[in-house]
Amino acid sequence: MVTLKINGKSVTVPEDYTILQAAKEVNVEIPTLCYLKDINCIASCRVCVVEIKGRPGLVASCVYPVAEGMEVLTNSPAVRASRKMTIEMLLSNHNKKCLSCSRSTNCELQRLANDYNVDETRFGSEAPRYDIDDVSPYLVRDNNKCILCRRCVAACSKVQGIGAIGAIARGYKTHIDGAFEKCASETTCVGCGQCIVACPVGALREKTNVDLVWEALGNPDKHVIAFTAPSIKATLGECFDMPIGTNVEGEMVSAIRQLGFDKVFNMDVTADLTIVEEANEFLGRVQNGGTLPMMTSCCPGWVKFVEHQYPEFIPNLSTCKSPQAMFGAVLKSYYAEKNNIDPKDIFVVSVIPCTAKKFEVTREQVNKTGDFQDVDVSLTTRELGNMIKNAGIKFAELDKEEYDNPFETASGGGVIFGATGGVMEAALRTAVKKLDPDCDIIDFNEVRGTDGIKEAEYTVNGTTIKVAVASGLANARKILESVKSGEKDYQFIEVMACPGGCINGGGQPCQSDSVKNYVDLKTIRAKALYDEDASLEYRRSHETPVMDMLYKEYFGEPGGERSHKLLHTSYVERHKY
Amino acid sequence: MLTIQELENIRKSKEKLVAVRHHRNDDTPNESGYKYQVLVCGGTGCTSSGCKNVVAALREQIAEHKLENDVKIVTTGCFGLCALGPIMIVYPEGTFYSAVKAETIPEIVEEHLINGNPVKHLLYQQTVCEDGSIKSLDETDFYKKQLRVALRNCGVIDPEDIEEYIATGGYSALAKVLTEMTPDDVIQTLLDSGLRGRGGGGFPTGRKWAFAKASVSDQKYVCCNADEGDPGAFMDRSILEGDPHSVLEAMAIAGYTIGASQGYIYVRAEYPVAVKRLLIAIEQAEKLGVLGDNIFGTDFSFKIELRLGAGAFVCGEETALMTSIEGHRGEPRPRPPFPAVKGLFGKPTILNNVETYANIAQIINKGADWFASMGTETSKGTKVFALGGKITNVGLVEIPMGTTLREIVEEIGGGVPNGKKFKAAQTGGPSGGCIPAEHIDVPIDYENLIALGSMMGSGGLIVMDEDNCMVDIAKFFLEFTVDESCGKCTPCRIGTKRLYELIDKITSGKGEPEDIDKIKELCAYMKSTSLCALGQTASNPVVSTMRYFMDEYEAHVKDKTCPAGVCKELTSYEIIPEKCKGCTLCARNCPVNAISGKVKEPHVIDKEKCIKCGMCMNNCKFGAIVKK
Amino acid sequence: MYKEPAVPFKGTKEQEQELLSFIEANKDERGVLMPALQKAQEIYGYLPIEVQTMVARALDMPLSEVYGVATFYSQFSLNPKGEHRISVCLGTACYVKGADKIMEGLEARLGIKCGECTPDGKFSLDSARCIGACGLAPVMLVDEDVYGRLTVDELDDILAKYRD
Repeated sequence: MVTLKINGKSVTVPEDYTILQAAKEVNVEIPTLCYLKDINCIASCRVCVVEIKGRPGLVASCVYPVAEGMEVLTNSPAVRASRKMTIEMLLSNHNKKCLSCSRSTNCELQRLANDYNVDETRFGSEAPRYDIDDVSPYLVRDNNKCILCRRCVAACSKVQGIGAIGAIARGYKTHIDGAFEKCASETTCVGCGQCIVACPVGALREKTNVDLVWEALGNPDKHVIAFTAPSIKATLGECFDMPIGTNVEGEMVSAIRQLGFDKVFNMDVTADLTIVEEANEFLGRVQNGGTLPMMTSCCPGWVKFVEHQYPEFIPNLSTCKSPQAMFGAVLKSYYAEKNNIDPKDIFVVSVIPCTAKKFEVTREQVNKTGDFQDVDVSLTTRELGNMIKNAGIKFAELDKEEYDNPFETASGGGVIFGATGGVMEAALRTAVKKLDPDCDIIDFNEVRGTDGIKEAEYTVNGTTIKVAVASGLANARKILESVKSGEKDYQFIEVMACPGGCINGGGQPCQSDSVKNYVDLKTIRAKALYDEDASLEYRRSHETPVMDMLYKEYFGEPGGERSHKLLHTSYVERHKY
Repeated sequence: MLTIQELENIRKSKEKLVAVRHHRNDDTPNESGYKYQVLVCGGTGCTSSGCKNVVAALREQIAEHKLENDVKIVTTGCFGLCALGPIMIVYPEGTFYSAVKAETIPEIVEEHLINGNPVKHLLYQQTVCEDGSIKSLDETDFYKKQLRVALRNCGVIDPEDIEEYIATGGYSALAKVLTEMTPDDVIQTLLDSGLRGRGGGGFPTGRKWAFAKASVSDQKYVCCNADEGDPGAFMDRSILEGDPHSVLEAMAIAGYTIGASQGYIYVRAEYPVAVKRLLIAIEQAEKLGVLGDNIFGTDFSFKIELRLGAGAFVCGEETALMTSIEGHRGEPRPRPPFPAVKGLFGKPTILNNVETYANIAQIINKGADWFASMGTETSKGTKVFALGGKITNVGLVEIPMGTTLREIVEEIGGGVPNGKKFKAAQTGGPSGGCIPAEHIDVPIDYENLIALGSMMGSGGLIVMDEDNCMVDIAKFFLEFTVDESCGKCTPCRIGTKRLYELIDKITSGKGEPEDIDKIKELCAYMKSTSLCALGQTASNPVVSTMRYFMDEYEAHVKDKTCPAGVCKELTSYEIIPEKCKGCTLCARNCPVNAISGKVKEPHVIDKEKCIKCGMCMNNCKFGAIVKK
Repeated sequence: MYKEPAVPFKGTKEQEQELLSFIEANKDERGVLMPALQKAQEIYGYLPIEVQTMVARALDMPLSEVYGVATFYSQFSLNPKGEHRISVCLGTACYVKGADKIMEGLEARLGIKCGECTPDGKFSLDSARCIGACGLAPVMLVDEDVYGRLTVDELDDILAKYRD
């Protein structure tokens, strides 16, 4: 432990602390831009500079280690002048279209500029220098707003182990882009959107489809349906400044209904459907000598990652479609038939905390069972939040309402789909029960939690199942390499592309660094899901009445002919370079 | 494996060969076994001037006259007087031929090497006295005040022959260190010598090594910074080209001292001659056994690898250099952790520049006191400077610390050519600053240069005369740093650009008084807040020219004039009617037809059309055109 | 921003083999990307997407990382070079002796800007940082030939030598 003084106040902290961490101990939050705890510690933006008595110049507090007897000033005139100038410099090279920016009022640079009372015109204004990349169906990059903090690069290469983007050129010409300035859709980008939630400003955002949704809502001939992914209820409240981790399912359903949707369904139901199919597929592979380890396929970022980076593992991917795609297919077949609506008149909007789902919507083999798209538009949590705000709905004050029939009630297994380990746990609940009807295990605690890699082994009725769970694609890469080298021998692997799973997805509300660096978002958001799971009547996916109804009325049995046609898919190999 | 005795045997066998090669007039007997030794500079400067043709012609003539047993031709490194290249020196007399052409070789061979009469009209005229006698090179203005320590072998030995290096005592320091000294002894000797880093900052070398020695690790590294990037600096290149083994030997000593077995030399790819000689030197050293496993039969093993830079000035910064060796974009890393704790590949590392290393073997051999006897109180030893710009003797000089700028410019450098007035000298390249004429008598050492707002830097010394605009000079250096900023941190990436724009605005005649304040503010900001030394010092050329030449800035801003007549937008050409004879030459040469007038009548320049190229003034035979 | 060169990539199997064997032989050395790119440029003269992809694949590294390094260092070129490569030294010593005039003179005569290649592929024009021939300032290089103490008037004659 070392003792130092921060703004005259003595504090004792572990010796591996940075000044930034030590300052937090005395309740001083030093502003940062490039710094993301454990992910991006490159000291490049220089906003977090502080003065150390007796040392010339200023130091970046985000990386500068504390030392015994050090006297730090976090708010001296020199520090304030420097920070102000840094913000001015960034603004002098920034396309200041703040009014129309997707991050307006939620922008870390804007907040600092306000805090420091900056005159954004003093050092001139740069004409836009870069083309905007809006070619892909999920991502828009506007480098004219980029402040080169490189948080997106760290997210892509360190967290996700992909490196679809990187710093290019040198000096004033430095910019972030794909190799040879290719647009995102031509690179190995998997669309996870972790770069977007890492971005402190509006240089990265999802490609919005809100206008299409408004248009459909305004069309009286369309039967417009929304369904929401399991984790939306745990995060949508953040768009309305509610405490992180608040379960807002009731308000959310009510708000969506007010927006004018004809039906609001619960995607946890098709999460259950995915589990029923997937558990069945898994047991089949185990019992009939199919390709193992089987790997989950509900995460489109992960699926695209395998297609680009590890095509040799394509046969290991479960053929089950994702819950989004299954829902789309069910709505435009079973639901359309049952309600006697022409599927072409049904407009299906999914709300998913994910930008890769926007790409999934464009995959024919996944989202096109007839000559129409199953899901028409996939919205992120952020986009739904914007629509609600746009409609003037006072979200926090809404009465709680319930999902529409028949896709209303799901099991706890479907609910926990939104967190890392949740798909594995849900599948285990069903698979274990099928292997041993007397087994009553519900909680598979070994696969819970936000660790990037989790392993467990279960023996049921003589069958041993070794499982692994990874979140964050860099972790997935580690698992695949260990399988490839023969070091590990799993039967079932769950991967979610985003660290912590969908609750931390690329389509979730953007939280600023001052939240991300100090709050464990993943755990708090996931808790809302596990709390709900524990409170539910049904915990195993295959036991709900809706599953009963679907199989009795339509699909017959898991893996049957109709489910094969509507609920399963195939994959393609993609370029690695 | 080479033993120390065997090393000594090599030294003895070659000692007499190199003994006569010095610049002095004395009675060293010529026992080299050759009647003459002809040393031709093979440095980059002389190579550019065509020394290869000279050597070829020489070999041809020697063969023709069957002089192979009497005359030895040696291609050496740089002699220093690059402006006079190709340079050739004939021993034992030490006669110095400058600007040698292949065509004059037959005459030199015939007259000098066969008949024994130096060809006086082809000699460097400073060495020819009025009475016809020939002075030794050491008595010429250029060499008189120099003291060659780091450059002691440059222009003396064949850098591609390890035995010639050994003949001058080479690798005996390594032998001494490995067999007679502990690592702490080495560090103490360096501390006592007062040697400070020659690459820029001037950090005491002994302390740097002590830090790295104190770090505990399974692997450590020794790096050599040979990424000499200052425009106008070529000290390190000359050492690598002329005496590569001095660097290898010092790196091995460093390896022993800190406990490293691997060294890397990071050298500019733009230095092909240096790269080639280093590769040859490493190969010869490994073959002989002074590099490799169990050197001199001890437990100590050391290998050196070469890594080529690829054109990024920032890689001269130590953390950027290591990042580059690791195969990444050469972006600096924050410090701490310092390289001595966590450097290359995350291991404790020392990094010194070429010139620093070139001093070390001599300090070991001759002792700390010898080294400390040269220089000033705080800056010991010598410093190599690359003299350039508006100076007669452009080239490489090595002077004891404490020599004044006046001695360098007026005596060694031969003054400013064309009768122009010395205005300022820039040291430290784009990170340094200028020293104006009023401070020309300052003794050069680390502290004095810092006090003047400049810095030692790696040793570029650019002389400017009255025709140089100091605002334009500041703009030139800034343009360089804008281009060479790595782009990682905000102050350097955007600050240099904004600063450049403001200076450019001033040189374009659009400057406003508040721009000066903004410039000062930006300079202070970049210095305090940038991540690495490149950004922290990028504003120095501006700060320093503002300090000494504020009147020039003000003239640009307030009066919209460029006193030196450099900044195009602020100058204009005019014809003095009284002097114009109406010869029409100017009008015919004007590329934009801006000059009109009748034959034999005074002409006029249309200032709207004029692009200020200066062609008219250059062509006028009557001095009738002036620049204002 | 990357602009695809007008001249299509004409690499041969032999060149590819040479590059791949170099990388194979040095693969285990740390920090091999820079030497690999230097070798590639030595073989092909420049580093188009085809070549950088080869390097990325051989080193099992994201293409963006290779491209990031290739665009960081000014020695690496994404464009093919002219049959004759002209570089004008813009180091301090040359600058104070008027190297900018030499550059302007060449740009005017070749009809291209610094960094470009003439449409006939004959000349490419670049600036160089100090090449160490400060004694001869101002200096330019045409291929391996050094021209020192240059004046603008000499440019036409020099260019003519390479034009044939």
